[in-house]
Amino acid sequence: MKPKTNTQQRPTDIPVVTHHITPADRWDHFVAHWGVNRRGRRVKPGLYALGKPTGDSPVLVTANYTLSFDALRSASAGFDCYIMVLDTKGINVWCAAGKETFGTEELVHRIEITALSTIVDHRILILPQLGASGVAAHEVKSRTGFSVEYGPIRAKDLQEYLKTREATPEMRRVRFDLLDRLILIPVELVHFLLPMVIAAIVLYFLGGPQVAAASIVAILAGTVIFPLVLPWIPTPNFSTKGFLLGIVVILPFALALLWDNPETMVWQRAGKALAIALAFPPVTAFLALNFTGSTPITSKSGVECEIHTYIPIMAWMFGGGLVVTVILLILNILGGVL
Amino acid sequence: MINAYTTNTLTYNSELCTGCKMCSTVCPQAVFAQEKQIARIVNPESCIECGACQRNCPTGAIFVESGVGCAYAMMYAALTGKKEPTCGGEDEPSCCCSSDN
Repeated sequence: MKPKTNTQQRPTDIPVVTHHITPADRWDHFVAHWGVNRRGRRVKPGLYALGKPTGDSPVLVTANYTLSFDALRSASAGFDCYIMVLDTKGINVWCAAGKETFGTEELVHRIEITALSTIVDHRILILPQLGASGVAAHEVKSRTGFSVEYGPIRAKDLQEYLKTREATPEMRRVRFDLLDRLILIPVELVHFLLPMVIAAIVLYFLGGPQVAAASIVAILAGTVIFPLVLPWIPTPNFSTKGFLLGIVVILPFALALLWDNPETMVWQRAGKALAIALAFPPVTAFLALNFTGSTPITSKSGVECEIHTYIPIMAWMFGGGLVVTVILLILNILGGVL
Repeated sequence: MINAYTTNTLTYNSELCTGCKMCSTVCPQAVFAQEKQIARIVNPESCIECGACQRNCPTGAIFVESGVGCAYAMMYAALTGKKEPTCGGEDEPSCCCSSDN
């Protein structure tokens, strides 16, 4: 078969990159975590030389998301190697493996069009472990001759792995530490900022400053506090964790509404307190449930179970809060008329 | 109290196992361990159904109904009438996709 020479990269064509992460890169990573231009962080797929690799140098495979690429570049400092960037449409390894853009087909295709077998003498590829849900190692081996070795989950363990070529059980366990959770908060916040502001303005005119403040707190609890305290809320499910957190943060507001403003009637105060106690904790719980997508620790079956079990409860509680609010508004109007 | 995460779709037929250790290598939750040259499920409740073991098992000894464990993607799929919830596509939810892994 005639080789597809026109699409093949020759060794001299291989772009050279460094281990160094520039201040500009760091700034770009920072704004990425705030959700700026999330689709635009793409590295051109193909083969890259990191340092001065030879035919014996390891080949590390990653996604074409700049943050994945940069994490790999900096984590492999001190090692000359090749980086093979797969076309994952600018999505990180874990998410791309889930939809198979970081997958067997793309890997086989990339090995062929970069003519990798003419560039390196060995037949080993090192893939991140979290890419394994998209790549069948035995299929890659039978189709290309390259063996797939799964490296550690975290970039920080790469140095150790490249020295020993062995990942400890600790390196193979996915973690979701405080820092991992912390880094996700800005995107969550940016995502819900506008709805939060709109809700607060509407509720300010509908129920006064305390109700508006309670709505802000309910949303901040679901987007900022929840990721921080996730492992310490003593229930197994995200929804119940969210409900608990929502009740804890809304309770002071409900009590304040009940005891403050003694000039208004008791039923008015009690009604307002009931309305926010019903309507806001499910908002926090809903946001908490949505955080499942940002974690590497929830199963499809589990999340399905949560949706079926808790979404109806959230809907009924929120609806109940709305009904109480409407009744209060009607009674207030009638009271004004009478 | 219900724990939504105690049951999952992971099944394993040890008779087909050749002891290649791929499942225990790729599992991010240490669900599998190697015992007497074959794999054994030691941590079934930890499975997050990522599908890595099934995909990398050369003899088809493992089955798991893999998918994204993301409530937003599932509800989005249900509301838009899509069959398979996915994330990170051009016009799809991408809650998880800002992490660096």
